[in-house]
Amino acid sequence: MKKIRAAVIGPGNIGTDLMYKIFRSPYLEMGLMTGIAESEGIKRAASLGIPVSIEGVDAVLKREDIKIVFEATSAAAHCHNAPLLKAAGKISIDLTPAAVGPYCVPSVNLDKLLAEPDINMVTCGGQATIPIVHAIERVAGAEYAEIVACISAKSAGPGTRANMDEFTETTSKAIESVGGADKGKAIIVLNPAEPPLMMTNTVMVKIKKKDVTIEAIRASIDQILAGLAEYVPGYQLRVPPILEGDKVTTIVQVQGQGDFLPAYSGNLDIINAAAVTAGERIAQRLWKGGT
Amino acid sequence: MDQKIFVVDTTMRDGSHALKHSYTVEQVTSIARALDESHVPLIELSHGDGLGGSSYTYGFSAVDEFELLQAAGKVIKNGKLTVLLLPGIGTIEDLKRARDCGAQAVRVATHVTEGDVSAQHMKAAKELNMMAVGFLMMTHMASPEMIAEEAKKMESYGADYINLADSAGYLMPEDVKLRIEAVKNAVQIPVGFHAHNNLGMAVANSLIAVQAGASYVDATLCGLGAGAGNTQIEVLAGVLKRNGYETGLDFYRLMDTADQLVRPMMLRPQVVDSGSLMLGYTGVYSSFLLHVYHAAEKYRLEPRDIMVELGKRKMVGGQEDMIVDVAYQLASK
Repeated sequence: MKKIRAAVIGPGNIGTDLMYKIFRSPYLEMGLMTGIAESEGIKRAASLGIPVSIEGVDAVLKREDIKIVFEATSAAAHCHNAPLLKAAGKISIDLTPAAVGPYCVPSVNLDKLLAEPDINMVTCGGQATIPIVHAIERVAGAEYAEIVACISAKSAGPGTRANMDEFTETTSKAIESVGGADKGKAIIVLNPAEPPLMMTNTVMVKIKKKDVTIEAIRASIDQILAGLAEYVPGYQLRVPPILEGDKVTTIVQVQGQGDFLPAYSGNLDIINAAAVTAGERIAQRLWKGGT
Repeated sequence: MDQKIFVVDTTMRDGSHALKHSYTVEQVTSIARALDESHVPLIELSHGDGLGGSSYTYGFSAVDEFELLQAAGKVIKNGKLTVLLLPGIGTIEDLKRARDCGAQAVRVATHVTEGDVSAQHMKAAKELNMMAVGFLMMTHMASPEMIAEEAKKMESYGADYINLADSAGYLMPEDVKLRIEAVKNAVQIPVGFHAHNNLGMAVANSLIAVQAGASYVDATLCGLGAGAGNTQIEVLAGVLKRNGYETGLDFYRLMDTADQLVRPMMLRPQVVDSGSLMLGYTGVYSSFLLHVYHAAEKYRLEPRDIMVELGKRKMVGGQEDMIVDVAYQLASK
């Protein structure tokens, strides 16, 4: 099978890690790394033999062969690029908070989004917790779901730091629209401990069904975990679900694959892994002759 | 000596932890009125973990904090109604709502080494014409030099003053002095201090902070607050007066308010029990206390063992969820 060519816009840490993940992909091929200035990321990609450009989105638009575009820039940049990419018939996988297209959490709703021109990858905390919210919701209902994402200070780049509100607001919305909770709340905490802590997430859900057993909840979570393991091998349950009255609590940990970023930055790894997984599924659809 | 000291009351914010966030409209109306009539310049009110703190993780508020803010806003005539906001928990949207309820000042709190996450909220506060305070938590976890760097960042975002919090009640007087002096030397704006009484040092450390150059000090009626509580405002008023500092506070009125109004509301005596002592001794965030007691009971553990482990793991403010994690891991051993 011929690989589908992809471009990464934004040669920062996220973009570079995406590039390494694409190298491992049986379905995607790294066709272009593009930014808006000379940078370490551009040099690195060039040294690995990848075509590079500093003309941003324009470089992508000039390339007929590129079908899938990973946007690892900023919300403002993607809002600008999205209509151009769409008009050129390219599919955007958006890792910024722009959310031009629908939210995508692969283990929950990717199947329904394969024909979209633009999908948004929510947030790292959303990718780590929404599958669990969904797993609980589908067997027990969810009146309210709350998540606490703790990431190491070292893994929180300037983008995350300048946009804490976008993180909490986007994650809360996706807990509702993708996770299925009537009301969602997201909290993020940065911890500067050394050595850096692994990304840890607590999920708490107020369930609706009174007769549901903890075994049924556990089974639903285990099924979701099996799906997640395919793209985030370092995802694991730290505290299995506990049922207290109508409240379910569970804690998960995400260890990154260490492609480009260190293993403790499971937060960055999971959003990138989710994005590449989405890209691969879209590539398979394109390859099968869909449009 | 005629140095003016601004005492910031946080009975209805940090004190909210001790009441398990159960404040009613009637309670805040009477406390806010009494504080305002006692000439307290800044009166803080929000969930103990700041705006948006009402949650499973930090405890749900019995009454919506915006309702409480509105009630307090109606009776505060001279002081500034103030809110706390922790980026990652509260949002700018919450801040706007608080402003609409009458809040005139916001303290934007971050972990001591993460001051830059406050930039967005500090800027929003300025755009809303609010007083903005840079609030660094858990200052025992960083050196005076590192704290000074974070304070400078917050100053550059427009902070009107920098508040250093000893959130674990861990600092010794000398540590407080060095921290206040380092920040005082690094920034052009005033410096403040927020103590916890876990090692019985709150009033003494607050006095040391003032002597080292702090011009804002946090305190609460009856010392109500997370862990063993905060600096007791009626005591602080007396101590500052005895030491020749001008606060403008009505000393007797504060005493009467503490005795007649707040003490009857308290759910438990605000003392240094062994749990609070361990918070201060191991350097754990004071708000963890009641959550640790809950987890200790559920998992049949010693609260002390949970605290020692939380301290070892270097958990920071806002990580109450990790108490369950620690308790579960200890119980599984």
